[in-house]
Amino acid sequence: MIRTLHRWPGLLALVLVTILSLSGAVLSVFPAVERITAPQAEAGMSVAVLVDGIQAVYPGVEQIRRSPSGRITAYWFDQGAPGAAVIDPATGAGVASADPNQALRWLTNLHRSFFLGDGGRIAMAAGAAAMLVLSLSGAVLVARRAGGWRHWFAPLRGPLAGRLHVEIARIAVIGLVLSSTTALWMTASTFDLLPDGGAATVFPADVSGEIGFTLDQMPTLRQTPVADLRELSFPYPGDATDMFTLKTDRGTGYLDQGTGALVAWADLTGWERASETIYMLHTGQGAATLGLVLGMMALGVPAMGVTGVLIWLAGRRGRPRIRGNQPAGRAETIILVGSEGGSTWGFAATLHAALTAAGQGVHVGPMSGFAPERYVRADRIILLAATYGDGAAPTSAKGFLDRLSALERAPDMPLAVLGFGDRSFPAYCAFAEAVAAAAQAKGWPELLPPDTIDRQSPQDFARWGRALGEALGIPFELSHQPVLPKTDTLTLVSRRDYGAEVHAPTAILRFALPRVSPWQRLTGARFAGFQAGDLIGILPQGSALPRLYSLASGRRDGFIEIVVKKHVDGLCSGQLTALEPGDTVTAFLRRNPGFRPGRSRAPLILIGAGTGIGPFAGFVRSNGSRRPIHLFFGMRHADSDFFYGEELPGWQAEGRLTRLVTAVSRRARPHYVQDALRGEASQVTALIRNGAGVMVCGGRDMAAGVAEALAEILAPTGLTPAVLKAEGRYVEDVY
Amino acid sequence: MKSLLATLALTTALTLPGLAMAKPVALTTTLNNYGGDGAYLALYVTDASGAYVGSLWMAGGKSKYYEHLSDWYRAMGGDTAQVNGITGASVGAGRSLEITLDLADALFDAGYTLHIDAAVEDMRDSPNEVAVPLTTDGAGTPVTGRRYIASFSYDM
Repeated sequence: MIRTLHRWPGLLALVLVTILSLSGAVLSVFPAVERITAPQAEAGMSVAVLVDGIQAVYPGVEQIRRSPSGRITAYWFDQGAPGAAVIDPATGAGVASADPNQALRWLTNLHRSFFLGDGGRIAMAAGAAAMLVLSLSGAVLVARRAGGWRHWFAPLRGPLAGRLHVEIARIAVIGLVLSSTTALWMTASTFDLLPDGGAATVFPADVSGEIGFTLDQMPTLRQTPVADLRELSFPYPGDATDMFTLKTDRGTGYLDQGTGALVAWADLTGWERASETIYMLHTGQGAATLGLVLGMMALGVPAMGVTGVLIWLAGRRGRPRIRGNQPAGRAETIILVGSEGGSTWGFAATLHAALTAAGQGVHVGPMSGFAPERYVRADRIILLAATYGDGAAPTSAKGFLDRLSALERAPDMPLAVLGFGDRSFPAYCAFAEAVAAAAQAKGWPELLPPDTIDRQSPQDFARWGRALGEALGIPFELSHQPVLPKTDTLTLVSRRDYGAEVHAPTAILRFALPRVSPWQRLTGARFAGFQAGDLIGILPQGSALPRLYSLASGRRDGFIEIVVKKHVDGLCSGQLTALEPGDTVTAFLRRNPGFRPGRSRAPLILIGAGTGIGPFAGFVRSNGSRRPIHLFFGMRHADSDFFYGEELPGWQAEGRLTRLVTAVSRRARPHYVQDALRGEASQVTALIRNGAGVMVCGGRDMAAGVAEALAEILAPTGLTPAVLKAEGRYVEDVY
Repeated sequence: MKSLLATLALTTALTLPGLAMAKPVALTTTLNNYGGDGAYLALYVTDASGAYVGSLWMAGGKSKYYEHLSDWYRAMGGDTAQVNGITGASVGAGRSLEITLDLADALFDAGYTLHIDAAVEDMRDSPNEVAVPLTTDGAGTPVTGRRYIASFSYDM
C-alpha cells in the first residue's frame, strides 16, 4: 500500500517535481545574494533618521520599503518622472537599480505557475502535494527497510540505485516536507482559502488637516528601528486628508502629516504572522541560510527521480508474466509468493515453468491470498517468502500469518517453505522462519525441510530444486536467471595449482581483462570497473545456469583472478580447473556492493577458509593506504593449500597486511579458523571495540562457526554479531 | 476585449437616482513595458469634492493584493467585495485592457473624475496613476499615467 502510494505519485509527477525542485534550488540562491550585496542599516538606526536622509536626497519620495534581507528601496517622483533605487541607509542615496531582476522573475513564474496563471499555480500545487506524499510515504519505506525509525541512518546494502535513492532521501526528506507543506500553504493563501488577509484597517476619519510636520521629529518613526520597518508610504502631495502609512513587523498604522501623531494602529493577526513565517521558510527571504539548505536538499529530487525510475524498471524486469497460470481450484501445486521488491516472483515463474513442463497444473499467487479451502485439487503448497526489514512480512504476504493462525487445523497437503534473503542482514530469512515455525506449530505436514536462498543465488535455487524434484519423484532442473546479463569472453593467462596432496585440487586462475568500449569505460559497465569481492558468473559449457565466484582482484590490478576448488562431479569447477593458458570461458560481472571493505580507516578483520581467501587477497593487494588488516585464514595443510602463501609475506612486509593468523585443520589436533579467533580473543575484542569491521568469506559451516566464536568472544563486551551486522560492521559472503 | 454591458447596474453608486440615460463607453488602457509581472489596476470614479462614487473595473483576481491599490483601497475602507462581478485578469506589461461599460450620461461634464490605481509585484505602488476628468470633449483624448500606463482614453 505504502509502496504503491510512493510509486505512482513518483512516476506521474516526476517531471513536475523535477521542474519545481530545480527552479527552487536556483531560486534559493537569490535571497542569500541579496543579503550579501544589499547595504545594511547600522544597528539601532531609527526609521526617522533613515527617512530624513532619503528625503534630503529625493524630495519627491513616495514610498520606502525594506525587504527581509535588509535591502531598502525608495520610490520617488522627480519633476513628474518616476524614479526608484536601492538605498544606502548611511547616506540616503541610491546605490543600485531597483528594477526587478528579470532572471529571478522568470524563475519565480516558472516555479509557481509554469507561466500559466492560476491553472499553472494549481498544477504546481499538485506537484507540491505529490512531493509531500512522496516524502511521507518514502520516509515510512525507509524506516521499514532499515528496521525502524531508530535505524534511520543505518548503513545500506543492495543495488546502487536503491542505495543512492535512500541515501539522498534520508537527508533531503526534511527539507522536502518543509518546502512542499509551505508551498501548499502559500497556494491556499494566494487563492484566499486562508483567513490570513490583513485586518481591514479603517483609514482614520479625523485628520488634523494640516501638513508639514518634520519627518525626523515624528515620535513613532523615532521609536521604530529600521530593522522592524516594512514599508512607509507618504501622503499624496497636497492632499491634507492623506496620511503616512507605516508597516512594521508588528502591524500597520497611520501617522498624521500635520501633527506627527500615530492616529491608528492595527497589529498583525495570528494568521498573518503564520503566513509570513511560512513565506520566509519557503522562500528563504529573511532566512537566507535556511533557504540555501533547502535548495541543496531540493537538488536531491532529480537524482531521486532517476534512481526511483531505475528501481521501478528493475522491479518490473524482475517480475515476469506467468504464462499458463492455473486457477487455484484446478492446480495440483500451489505456489504462494511473499515478495517486497518483486524479485521473488521471478523465482516463482521459473518454478512454475519447470513444474508445468513436468506435466503439473500449477497456480502462482501472493501469500496474502492464502485460502486453503479453495485448493481442492492441490497435492502440495510451496511458499516462496522474502523478508522485509527486521523480519517483517513483505508486501505480498501481508496477513498470511494471521490467516494461518485463524485456521482450525493445518491443511492436509504437505508444505515446503523457501526463504529468500541476504545473509548480510541480521534478520536473514526471518519471515520465512516465522512462517515455517507457525506451520510446524499447527502440525502442517512437511514436504521439504525449510531452506533459504542467499542473495538470489541461482545455485541455491537449483540445489533446492533438485531436493524438490526428489521429493516429488520428478527430475527437473531449476535454472533461474533473474536478469540475463551481457557476457564477455575471458582468456586464461596463468594458473597456480594447490591442494592435490590433500585431495582438494584448487587453482588460482588469472584471466586477461577483456577489451572494453569507451562507453563502458565511462560508465564502468561490465568488466570496465570492478573490485575484489565482486562476483563473476561463469557459464559452463552444457548449462545455462551460471556459477558465481568471488573476485580476488580489482580492475586496477589489470587482471581478473578467482580461486576455484574442483568439486567431485562439479560441472563448472571441473571445466575451470581444466583450463590451460590461452583457453577461454564465458563470463559476466555481478557487482556485490554489500561485500566491500569501504573507505573507512578503521581496522579490518578478515576471516576466511579455503577459497574464501580470494576476495581478501584482493583487498590486501589493493590496500595502498596501509589500513590495518588482520587476516585469519584456515587451510588444510600449510604445504599444500596455503593459497597466496607466496605473496602474503611480501604484502605484510609492505604494510598492506598487518597480521596473518593461520589455522591448519589436517593435523593431529585439527585447528580451525574459529579456533584461531578464540586464540586471539583479546586482540579481536580490542579491535572491534575500536571500531574494526569484520568480513567473513567461505563455506556456510565455517561462517556459522565464526559467528558462534565471535559471539562467545564478544559476550563480555555486550556486543553481538547481530549488533555488528546492524551497524554494517559485520558482513559475510557465504556459499 | 472586455465587453460589459449592464454590469454597472451592480455598482449601485453609479446608478444615481434619476439618471436613467446611459450610453456605452469604451475604456482603453495600454501599459508600457515596465519589465515586471502583470499589473493590478483599479478603475473608479470620484465626484467634484473628491469623494468616492463607485468602481468601474478591477483588473486582478487576488483580493489579498488589493491593499497595494492604496487610494482605492482606502476609499473602500477595506471592503473589497464592491468589485465582485466586475473583476478580470491582471494586465501584462505592454498589453492593453479594453472594456466597454454603460455609463450614466450624468457622469459626464459634471465634475466627476475617473481614477486608476496601479500596482505591480515587487515594484512601486502607484495610486492615482491616472486621474482624468469625465467630459464629453475629453473623450478620445489619450492621457499618460505616472508610471505604468502609456496611454488611457475613453471613447463614446
